[in-house]
Amino acid sequence: MSVKKEKTTQASPARRQFMLETVRMACGVGVVGLGLGLYARQSRAHPPLAIRPPGAIAEAEFLGACIRCGLCARDCPYDILSLAKPGEPVAVGTPYFVARQLPCEMCEDIPCVKACPTGALDHKLTDINKAKMGLAVLVDHETCLNFLGLRCDICYRDCPVIDKALTLEQRINTRTGKHAEFIPTVHSEDCTGCGKCEKSCPLEVAAIKVFPIELAKGELGKHYRLGWVEKEKSGASLVPPDPEHHYNLPEGMHYDQGKVLPDEAPATPESAPPQHRAPKALKKDEL
Amino acid sequence: MTLTRREFIKQQATAAAATVAGITLPHTAAMAQATGTKDDVRWDKGVCRYCGTGCGVLVGVKGGRIVATQGDPDAPVNRGLNCVKGYFLAKIQYGNDRLTKPLLRMKNGKFDKNGEFQPVSWNQAFDIMEEKCKAVLKAKGPSAVGMFGSGQWTIWEGYAGNKLFKAGLRSNNVDPNARHCMASAVFGFIRTFGADEPMGSYDDIEHADAFVLWGCNMAEMHPILWSRINNRRLSAPQVRIHVLSTFTHRSCEVADAELIFTPQTDLAILNYICNYIIQNGAVNQDFVAKHVTYQKGVTDIGYGLRPNHPLEQGAGNNGYPGPDGKPKGNPAASSPITFEEFKQFVAPYTLDYTAKLSGVPKEKLEALAKLYADPKTKVTSFWTMGFNQHSRGTWVNNMIYNVHLLVGKISEPGNGPFSLTGQPSACGTAREVGTFAHRLPADMLIANPQHREAAEKIWNIPAGTINPEIGLHAIAQDRALKDGKLNFYWTSTTNNIQAGPNLNQERYPGFRNPANFIVVSDVYPTLSAMAADLILPCAMWMEKEGAFGNAERRTQFWRQQVKAPGDAKSDLWQYLEFSKRFKTDEVWPAELLAKNPQYKGKTLYEVLFANGEVNKFDKAEAARTNAHAWAGYTNDETEAFGFYVQKGLFEEYRNFGKGHGKDLGEFDLYHKVRGLRWPVVNGKETLWRYREGYDPYIKAGEGIRFYGKPDGKATLFALPYQPAAESPDSEYDLWLCTGRVLEHWHTGSMTRRVPELYRAFPDAVVWMHPKDAEKRGLKHGDPVKASTRRGEIQLRVNTRGRNQVPQGLVFIPFFDESRLVNKLTLDATCPISKETDFKKCAVKIVKA
Repeated sequence: MSVKKEKTTQASPARRQFMLETVRMACGVGVVGLGLGLYARQSRAHPPLAIRPPGAIAEAEFLGACIRCGLCARDCPYDILSLAKPGEPVAVGTPYFVARQLPCEMCEDIPCVKACPTGALDHKLTDINKAKMGLAVLVDHETCLNFLGLRCDICYRDCPVIDKALTLEQRINTRTGKHAEFIPTVHSEDCTGCGKCEKSCPLEVAAIKVFPIELAKGELGKHYRLGWVEKEKSGASLVPPDPEHHYNLPEGMHYDQGKVLPDEAPATPESAPPQHRAPKALKKDEL
Repeated sequence: MTLTRREFIKQQATAAAATVAGITLPHTAAMAQATGTKDDVRWDKGVCRYCGTGCGVLVGVKGGRIVATQGDPDAPVNRGLNCVKGYFLAKIQYGNDRLTKPLLRMKNGKFDKNGEFQPVSWNQAFDIMEEKCKAVLKAKGPSAVGMFGSGQWTIWEGYAGNKLFKAGLRSNNVDPNARHCMASAVFGFIRTFGADEPMGSYDDIEHADAFVLWGCNMAEMHPILWSRINNRRLSAPQVRIHVLSTFTHRSCEVADAELIFTPQTDLAILNYICNYIIQNGAVNQDFVAKHVTYQKGVTDIGYGLRPNHPLEQGAGNNGYPGPDGKPKGNPAASSPITFEEFKQFVAPYTLDYTAKLSGVPKEKLEALAKLYADPKTKVTSFWTMGFNQHSRGTWVNNMIYNVHLLVGKISEPGNGPFSLTGQPSACGTAREVGTFAHRLPADMLIANPQHREAAEKIWNIPAGTINPEIGLHAIAQDRALKDGKLNFYWTSTTNNIQAGPNLNQERYPGFRNPANFIVVSDVYPTLSAMAADLILPCAMWMEKEGAFGNAERRTQFWRQQVKAPGDAKSDLWQYLEFSKRFKTDEVWPAELLAKNPQYKGKTLYEVLFANGEVNKFDKAEAARTNAHAWAGYTNDETEAFGFYVQKGLFEEYRNFGKGHGKDLGEFDLYHKVRGLRWPVVNGKETLWRYREGYDPYIKAGEGIRFYGKPDGKATLFALPYQPAAESPDSEYDLWLCTGRVLEHWHTGSMTRRVPELYRAFPDAVVWMHPKDAEKRGLKHGDPVKASTRRGEIQLRVNTRGRNQVPQGLVFIPFFDESRLVNKLTLDATCPISKETDFKKCAVKIVKA
């Protein structure tokens, strides 16, 4: 796809949105006529909160490419996809799904994409795990049961890409002093936006929700790189490691990773009773 | 209720707005309550209804209804936390299909085995029960009546049911569903230590350096204990977790090592560890010299299948009647050996042999063995159904003790073998009350004449009343029902038509056998209820005063918080009421009554419950005992029978364990505390048993004494690896393992009625390796047919998610009553514990 074409397709919705927002602002909250009301509701489709089927191209292009034929919805074996009706906050006739009601089941053969005659759903998507329908966000840390220390983690266990898209990060529950907390953490690289987590969240209102990626994702400045990531990427320090350092230390002491230690420290304070020819205690890296 | 002016105005405004909008709002008072003050809700302590962890909860009641619960912040087990099932406790009593009336299968106004359920009065229900029970007793005697209870019975319910059958009807055919759950742990404990239940407590978690999970997915099945283990791991850098399983599950996620082994080879792995310990000189010589003896068990013990099964034909020690009618040996028999002989016995279990057999890489096996062998590492081993639901379940329990005993890592903080339980009172009721077919309370046995005598004394019934014949265990009950030998059968607090094995061929036909009358006491129309002839509607959880005992020997009480709906009544009420229908003359032998004429003409109610002991606390005692909680407390049974039934039963029950290492505290104390861990001696709890300083039964200078055994020594058992009862072959080419998911508890009768939990995991799936799916032309989500030699079910295949099974094995959870995996399972049991192996049989999966 040429850069030029991309520009033109993007320009028109942006311009339309600008105009609509101006109209909305001008009208304020006062008198809203029926027609204008409908128009304004439709305008909320920009940017939409609706989650599109797998393989949907960027929203702006999608609106142009989708011919509202409904074939994707017809071929969805789980009847998850709806076609927006007038009055709904999604462009009329376009396919979407509401994760809280029915999330995408992530069919291996992706029949919705195959059915799309225009490429609005990109046929290059052949591995459903690569889909980017949206991005799950643990929105509410105050009501998420796991943040409160309880053991729910339903979102995690229901995640079809468990341990990649959603992991549980542990921390100590300082209030009880006895329990660990398991914090559900979404990883955008692997989250497909299928919405299973939002659907299965047992709260009255889900604490984890799926949003279109444009709404959910932050972006780091290009002027900064994460040192540890860059080091891992290159497989070595970007600047060669230092030659060995030497320190001024009291007699019989050595310095290791910021700690001053006696030279002949016993491995552990207790020694084994003599009758046990003890095997070596298992260390972290021996497995 | 007082309203502030501001609240009043607010409500008026809301109401006005609502009227305009045409919305109906609850009336003013309800509105005020919803936003209301603290005093609106009465909070009292309770225990979670589900698993054996025993999390403390506070129950909030308003207007006669549980409006909320909270994790009890002062409960030592969970400190205010719950798992997601516990989060929904407030909803479990209020499913919209609660049973509120007795229901009898009827046609033309009369009982008919093939009739439809119609509501009847309690009187009519007991009439037909009485008629059927008495007819069976008259025709066949006590061996043809039976009861199936559970680890969800409250302590006094189990105690009263046990007493009614074993002392009253003289039938030992009482067994709990705990037989399917931890009977192997029981037999393991008794065989090795001579006394049931773990020596340690959950406090081991905060002291251990390493945790080894054997066939136990604590991340899902014991979520709160799992968070304690992980806190320990986060807090102490040396802590390691090793998980042994036949597939990768959620507990493997944080494990330092996951050891995925071929089903049944855990037996070999345990012998390898012993061999490693011995070969590397890591035996704690001082400990084993003082505290251990050695035995070699018999091995041709069969698989607990029906006697005509080929596997039983050649089993010389399965205990079944042989051609001469005498039992063929005894599967629990053993003979003494020396340490040298034990050493030789485990010697063939080398690293090479074990790695090859189990499929676990050598370095992982060796690392695990080192963990146990290293005297500086405190190891707590946890297990549940992977060990217990095992055709060699007693053995595998004995064998984990072998490991701990060889290195002396037992009965001290952080070091110990710890068998977890899956039901809230598996320990408190099923085990401690002795509701097994071979047991009496406090580890006493039906087969032991002294124990029967002791029980008869406490129960104040004539010597010789208790039947010396061991009763039918769960699987034997299934078979006897099907064969028409057990004809009056009453189940309670369990759903065995979903949970029992081989449903198609064994249990269900038994329920529907025209020769049998089946009574199911239940709270919801479970499959068991729907298969019954008579359904009795029950009070559940906070609708009755109760007591549970958790896995760490902690006995916890709660008060009745609310009334049961409709005509539903507690199981306790049902047993006492039903006992009024029998006279001793109808159920006890004439010679017994001739020798003890004072019992003649009395009802079982008078002999068993209004016996001067159980009824010694008057009605007002309920209010006195609980005055610290709320004024004027009473409960439904106390009101119905005119005495504080629960207190009387508990105080009588306490006599069984007193002075025998099973001491319980006084009834009143439990209503004031968040549980006590027995033995409770002089008001003090016991954290670690068998060790001086911790256990009041160990005298100064003794150090350690396993006082369950007459010589004070634990027994190591030399036991081999043997294959499973049924392994995959060319036709049924996959291992089938069954189990649970975090969202649902057991058969889902409570959790599937919580909409949020239902939505979170609506239908059972079969987890399969993607390559196994591909081989069969299956995609994730495809409907498939799973079949064994016993039945078939349809469900969807799952190649992703929480469980990652290896090639050659599939996993199906059992919570889903529409996809009954127990149609597929095999009723092979451990021949010693009689517990079913739900983890291993051969299955075929094809596209549906």
